[in-house]
Amino acid sequence: MSAIPLNAAQPLGLRGLVADWSSDRQAFHVAWGKVMMWIFLLSDTFIFGSFLTGYMTVRASTTVPWPNPSEVFALRIGGISLPLILIAIMTFVLISSSGTMAMAVNFAYQRDRRRAALLMFATAAFGVMFVSMQAFEWSKLILDEGVRPWGNPMGAAQFGSAFFMITGFHGLHVSAGVIYLSIVATRLMRGAYDRRGNYQIVEIAGLYWHFVDLVWVFIFAFFYLW
Amino acid sequence: MSAPGTTQQLQQQQHQQHPVGLYLKVWLLLFVLSTMSYMVDYFHLQGLTRWSLIVILMLLKAGLIVAVFMHMAWERLALICAILLPPLALLVLVGLMASEASHTLLTRLLFFS
Repeated sequence: MSAIPLNAAQPLGLRGLVADWSSDRQAFHVAWGKVMMWIFLLSDTFIFGSFLTGYMTVRASTTVPWPNPSEVFALRIGGISLPLILIAIMTFVLISSSGTMAMAVNFAYQRDRRRAALLMFATAAFGVMFVSMQAFEWSKLILDEGVRPWGNPMGAAQFGSAFFMITGFHGLHVSAGVIYLSIVATRLMRGAYDRRGNYQIVEIAGLYWHFVDLVWVFIFAFFYLW
Repeated sequence: MSAPGTTQQLQQQQHQQHPVGLYLKVWLLLFVLSTMSYMVDYFHLQGLTRWSLIVILMLLKAGLIVAVFMHMAWERLALICAILLPPLALLVLVGLMASEASHTLLTRLLFFS
């Protein structure tokens, strides 16, 4: 490669900065939106990773026994106490939503926008269901069990802060995902992506949604089951 | 868009279209794995059995979601490395904090109990 001389064709200023850094080199051969979503998810991985590591640290360093999540999150249904049942149902709801989302992406690439949009709305509905169950879980914990971020009657005080921080941040992600999916699905239904002939956005929205499910897999394992 | 032709071509290549049956199978598998991890708690497994089962089932579920639902299995190695390798740094943080936590626990036991 010979040195490329600077000439008048090369833009200056801010435009030049972008051109110099990107010029004709491309590392990832996928749409830029997809790369950006992946990088955002990578940063989110570090946020949740740090939360879970913080939770590990406080749980491992306390001298007070940790409340047993199996008992804390048990529900009485028909006189029988079922451990963790609500959390199990929430897990199944989120996995179902991931399934409908994967199907939506598939139908979008088949250019079947009606079915793709309907499946995305179904995914968002599962998301709403998940957040509602979480709201029920939170209110039960706060009002009936007296769990606060600074203490609880069952054991280590750090239980509340770790719980509210981690599940709260995850719930926020689900809520944001519901809004995001609803917007994309509405635009899809109206045919906004038909004009450009580009259905990639459905896959990108799907990446976000699957990530929310992925984070729940780790929260379920480390917070509820451990 | 400087070169709409190549962009178009690229987007044709990167379309992730796979048989519906594959998604349904993975979906079913995720249900089975979730049921199994719930069973770990339901049957009150304890100790090493519990922890290893929790971690194995968790990794299997995470792997299926990333590989199939997020299409990572069909992406190019450049993207796979860029996204999947950096989180390994978290393992260093976990290691550091685990040793820090045991140190804190020991000092607390020594001075506060």
